[in-house]
Amino acid sequence: MQTLKLNEATLNKKILFLSTTVVLSLIFFAAISLFQTQQVSKGNELVNNNLSALTRIGAPTKGAADAKVTIVEFFDPACETCAKFYPLVNNIIKKYQGKVKVEMRYTPFHQGSEQVVKLLEAAHLQGKFWPALEILFAKQSFWTYNHVAKSNQALQLLSPLPLNQQQLKIDMESKQIKNIVSRDITDAKSLEVRATPQFFINGKPLANFGYKQLVQSVERAITLAY
Amino acid sequence: MKNINSTFSIPSSWLLVFSCWVIATTATLTSLFFSEIVQLPVCVLCWYQRIAMYPLVLMLPLALFPFDAKIIRYAGVLTFFGGLIALFHVLLVAGYIPESAQPCVADISCSQTHLNLFGWLNMPMMSLFTFALIGKLLFYANTKTKRGYLE
Repeated sequence: MQTLKLNEATLNKKILFLSTTVVLSLIFFAAISLFQTQQVSKGNELVNNNLSALTRIGAPTKGAADAKVTIVEFFDPACETCAKFYPLVNNIIKKYQGKVKVEMRYTPFHQGSEQVVKLLEAAHLQGKFWPALEILFAKQSFWTYNHVAKSNQALQLLSPLPLNQQQLKIDMESKQIKNIVSRDITDAKSLEVRATPQFFINGKPLANFGYKQLVQSVERAITLAY
Repeated sequence: MKNINSTFSIPSSWLLVFSCWVIATTATLTSLFFSEIVQLPVCVLCWYQRIAMYPLVLMLPLALFPFDAKIIRYAGVLTFFGGLIALFHVLLVAGYIPESAQPCVADISCSQTHLNLFGWLNMPMMSLFTFALIGKLLFYANTKTKRGYLE
């Protein structure tokens, strides 16, 4: 009889403990999902209010010009994750050929990156943005040291490309390119880009970062557009 | 008669330690929510308070099944030091301790607050209240046990 009553008290304690655990974790996960839903709608609203800042005429693009799905990527050439995503984004464009295009926007967050971005834009003027970017990403460790970008080393790495080096150096210092880079930085600020790469798929910011999430988001946009 | 009653109902010292666990877990989940989900920066002093708060979430339940009153002693030490750091942090934010006296890394300032409810309730203040409340409950739990563990 005595042990039976004892068990009952222990049972009550366990029920109390377990139900509290369940309630606390439910509240925790509900708060997370509520916050994230709010963030997503806030992010979408932000882009809708700054639509002109998302895409700019003349920015480097890849993929079919009439593609109905546009990935806008804010990137820093010195950012390691951007380098890792470069072949992945290429895969997406290849896989959904004619349906997806990517537009690159500059966000030089790293120290010294602004000069490298100017170099890329100067190469863009000579129609060699993509081969230049491919070299810089592939050999990133040769021109970035402890997260500091060295534009001189980057310039040397581009020597195999058929570029007019003289013109490249002149363009890097030109007012036109300076304006383009500062325009991109301002656009990134107004779209609250805080980390690179930041992707926008048809005007919607990628809510959860990751390759899988990017692919899913692109596939959703394709089914909506086609 | 008294004996039978106590076997039916849950003893108050158990309930007090259990309440401490609920408070510590709520505080832990709240701090994780703000740092990991909202992504507010975490300064060094916040980390020291976390070191005192987070272990309670795992330690206290171990002393609940079966009840082990010695936990009051172990959890009490953590609560005391966590409370001291929280007090220091509150005084720092309020400006009673000069900026140069703080052991913070350069990029995240401890004297800056990112969350202010009603204009005065910031994170270090909440932390201080939480540690004080846990300390108080542990003290009551101590008086309910036959032997005192807070000597």
